[in-house]
Amino acid sequence: MSSTAAVAAHGARAEHHAPGFWRTYVFSEDHKMIAKQFLFMALFMMSIGGLMAMLMRWELAFPETQVPGFHWVPEPFMYDGAIPPNTYNAMFTMHATIMIFFVVIPILVGCFGNFLIPLMIGAREMAFPKLNMLSFWVGAVAGVIMLSSFFVTGGPAAAGWTSYAPLSAVAIYTGVDWGQNLWCISIIVLGASSLMGSINYIATIVNMRTRGMYFFRLPLAIWSLFITAILMLLALPMLTTALALLLFDRMGGTHFFLPSGGGEPLLWQHLFWFFGQPEIYVMILPAMGIVSDIIATFSRKPIFGYRTMAYAMVAIAFLSWIEWGQHMFVSGMNPALGAAFMITTMIVAVPAAIETFVWLGTLYKGNVHYTAAMMNALAFVAMFVIGGMSGIWMASAPVDMYLHDSYFVVAHIHYVLFGGSLFGIFAGITYWYPKMFGRMMNETLGKIHFWITFVSFNCTFFPMYILGMAGHMRRIYNPQQYDFLTPIIPINEFISISSFVLGAAQFLFLANIVWSCFRGAKAIDNPWHANTLEWTTPSPPPQGNWRGTVPIVYRGPYEYSSPEVAEDFLPQSQSIEHSPAAPD
Amino acid sequence: MLEYLYFPHDISTFGPQVDWLFELIFWIVIVVWIAVMIAMLVFMIRYRARPGRKAQYIEGNSRLEIVWTMATAAILVALAFMSRSTWADIKEHGPPGEVFFLVNAKQFNWEFTYPGPGGKFGAKHDLTIENEMHVPVNKVVRIDLTSRDVIHSFFVPNLRLKQDVVPGHVIHVWFEATETGQYEIACAELCGFGHSGMKASLTVQSQEDFDKWLKDQYAHPPAPPAPAAPAAPPQGASPR
Repeated sequence: MSSTAAVAAHGARAEHHAPGFWRTYVFSEDHKMIAKQFLFMALFMMSIGGLMAMLMRWELAFPETQVPGFHWVPEPFMYDGAIPPNTYNAMFTMHATIMIFFVVIPILVGCFGNFLIPLMIGAREMAFPKLNMLSFWVGAVAGVIMLSSFFVTGGPAAAGWTSYAPLSAVAIYTGVDWGQNLWCISIIVLGASSLMGSINYIATIVNMRTRGMYFFRLPLAIWSLFITAILMLLALPMLTTALALLLFDRMGGTHFFLPSGGGEPLLWQHLFWFFGQPEIYVMILPAMGIVSDIIATFSRKPIFGYRTMAYAMVAIAFLSWIEWGQHMFVSGMNPALGAAFMITTMIVAVPAAIETFVWLGTLYKGNVHYTAAMMNALAFVAMFVIGGMSGIWMASAPVDMYLHDSYFVVAHIHYVLFGGSLFGIFAGITYWYPKMFGRMMNETLGKIHFWITFVSFNCTFFPMYILGMAGHMRRIYNPQQYDFLTPIIPINEFISISSFVLGAAQFLFLANIVWSCFRGAKAIDNPWHANTLEWTTPSPPPQGNWRGTVPIVYRGPYEYSSPEVAEDFLPQSQSIEHSPAAPD
Repeated sequence: MLEYLYFPHDISTFGPQVDWLFELIFWIVIVVWIAVMIAMLVFMIRYRARPGRKAQYIEGNSRLEIVWTMATAAILVALAFMSRSTWADIKEHGPPGEVFFLVNAKQFNWEFTYPGPGGKFGAKHDLTIENEMHVPVNKVVRIDLTSRDVIHSFFVPNLRLKQDVVPGHVIHVWFEATETGQYEIACAELCGFGHSGMKASLTVQSQEDFDKWLKDQYAHPPAPPAPAAPAAPPQGASPR
């Protein structure tokens, strides 16, 4: 009876507050709309970052030749379609910056964090809806600032996404003046956006869980987002500090990183990587949580060690604070420090191995359904294993002395960030698309996209390990200038051709998102027969997330194939004791 | 085995230690990877969904998890300690030097400074040559690395040697080349638009050839290198 009253009351409230176009689609305070805004901003940025990657691959395979179809690009960016070295440096800088700060983090944290946290913990909204809106729009301003750097004299930043000082600190060293300043400003602004988001996530998860949703009943996606939010909250001030010092060096005449005035170039690296190492886990932890949910759902089995997985993610987050020196083995840092960082770095492979074990254990004796989401999630596991294990070589400082700053590193980060995070993103978008948009994504198109991406991804990035073993330095404009790199010219060409296929395949994914938005089959409330709370409300959820009362939680999120019920799933909100059949 | 993986031919005394560690990790990783992939594929095929079947309700297995964790940790800690001793051999207690150099990096050239005829560095007799390094074979070469502008990285693939060159620091490295020949020195840290192609040649030769070459150089010193102004940007590629 009370629920009927709540429905009526809610209906009345909804009529009073039916927001107009601007409040619904632009300056929305609804976490679901903000999630979509983050998603579309990131997909737009991904197409720019991807284009940069394609141009770089052309240059590496066919150095100093004209890129077909790019004759229109004005000088000095390109010369009749040929890429000059400065533009090449700007492209790998912007590719990494855009993909890290404006694609992977906005989707994993901005989109999934906003969409999933209230729906999965049983809250009607985020703790601070206005702050949430502000977080997106500040992030969008940061994106505009970053893109505007393409149009200033000298072009965008060209000192690498790591922006090592003094190269980044003095305009004449790169020939980039305002581009680098705007890069710093944009990321400072974006940091403010991320801080607002992380405060909001933490407050929401701590305070707004529905009745019965104890911490150890949270889905692993929420665990991962919670840990991620804490990491961001603690790491971002470090980056903001470093960027402010860099801006002072560039514009205020200080010498924090410039030895000519008594500054210390290695200080930048310490500050940057003290932020950067937690940042790396910010980019993978949410994908781990998402994939855990998807694998359990489609294996129709509880996750193999729920607490183990939660503790492993906490352990990774903790270790991320004491291993930043792994990036600095050959930087000139004291070798004794390097030895200490080597051990902390090796240790982080332990929780990563535990997670792999948990995912494999979840498949064991399951009833595995191969949907497009599940295939992407399994690809995440396989690629994460390769990416993670290749880290062991670089964790060993003497071996790193050879592999550092080579394509081995490039292969490693792409196996973790593309093979890991991006496959996690594909899986997550496919899995929650029906809840977000009320329609199913096209499975056939999703599977075609998956297979082309999976094969061309491996053809693109696996050979990069071999380039690294051959000594191929990263960030070089023309590998054919080196005699010792002549044996790998054909490999570079193979990689580039694969990467063009990989890039083109992503249009299938974009097309699927757009097409399904209008033409996809209507989604029912719980198309995957999943247990978590977001599937107990209509697709897409109404304003306030649930009509009537918010569900109450009786059990953990992974009670699949439970012997207690005949079906192979048992939603968190379903009470067996008070099931309709049982006498009241 | 490494030559099949396109590794450049190793000519340094500590190279075999580095390569051995690489191979050790290689075999551990390959074995674990194959085991994990086989398990994954077997589970994926064996437990694929079939109508009327229900997954088995298993929430985990603490004992297996502990065993797996301990095994991984043991292997990794062992690897860390093995790497640590090699690292110490190379970085902390290297052999005493027999030949000494100063290497000064700048955008986008390497300057190699040889001591005067007495073997001591003193401004007057020092010999500075750009982008060309000669060393005698089977001698411990000790180098002081400095940079005039930004961070560079002194990378000799055949020596398995890479060391960042940081302005404001003097960083010591050493190596001992075991084979004569001509090799390449590259910059491995992004240092600006001329980063690609910032390279030098390394000639390893017998002591006699080296002495003879050095004598020739002293007799006909090359033109002094240009002052340390940053190199001119490539035509039109950079704003003024």
